[in-house]
Amino acid sequence: MAEAAPTLRGRPLSPHLQVWRWHVTLAASILHRLTGMALYGGALILAGWAVALASGPGPYGGYMRILGSAPGKIALFALTVALLFHMANGVRHLVWDSGKGFELKTADATAVIALIFGVAGAMVVWLIAAAAGAL
Amino acid sequence: MASYRTPLGRARGLGSAGSGVGHFIGQRLSAAALIFLGAWALWSAIVVARGDYAAAVAWLRSPIDLGLATLFTVAAFYHMQVGMRVIVEDYFPQQGRRTLLLIASLFVCWGGAALSILCLMKVAFGGGGAF
Repeated sequence: MAEAAPTLRGRPLSPHLQVWRWHVTLAASILHRLTGMALYGGALILAGWAVALASGPGPYGGYMRILGSAPGKIALFALTVALLFHMANGVRHLVWDSGKGFELKTADATAVIALIFGVAGAMVVWLIAAAAGAL
Repeated sequence: MASYRTPLGRARGLGSAGSGVGHFIGQRLSAAALIFLGAWALWSAIVVARGDYAAAVAWLRSPIDLGLATLFTVAAFYHMQVGMRVIVEDYFPQQGRRTLLLIASLFVCWGGAALSILCLMKVAFGGGGAF
């Protein structure tokens, strides 16, 4: 293959955000990426927790105080919403991989369900946490 | 000499690259695992947040929780790395920046997973002294 190196100049990008009419399936798709990126940060917070735990009671207490502060709790609640939505929407993706669930009505309904599951599920988890005395 | 053939024309007829589908399958298998591991992690977060340092150490010394925590770490960081790779490849067409970001994410994910697992093992098997 004595071909010249492929030139990347002017290659088309897939159109995104600015050209599509807003729709719930679009929102779910974008939120899947955004929540994925947020959870990337969330995993690093968890790694920090493991480091704090391995560093002894002092650093662990300090780390848990930061997580338990008001901004910490808000961030953790947002991450809970992100995790549960990403999970539910991930199940949608797994079903799509089997070739099912692409009908408009089904796709709309499952997108709404995933969004509701994320928010309502996080509330339930935090209610359980509150009842268990974890807050 | 410059070629007038399009990239598609060059690629046609060569058959599959023979690799690449591994990421696709790996992302989905780790996703399936993380449905269960994620639910366990949420529950565990509540259990750990209830107690103090000693309770967290005691929790991690249970073999089942230590094992699941390790599996969760591996699956999560692997899934993150593949997912971030898809995003970077979608939005950064520039060869240099794309490569740099992919390498950075690879380092973060391997580093984060290694550090997390080493810390979990240290707590589970050793004392809780200074790091």
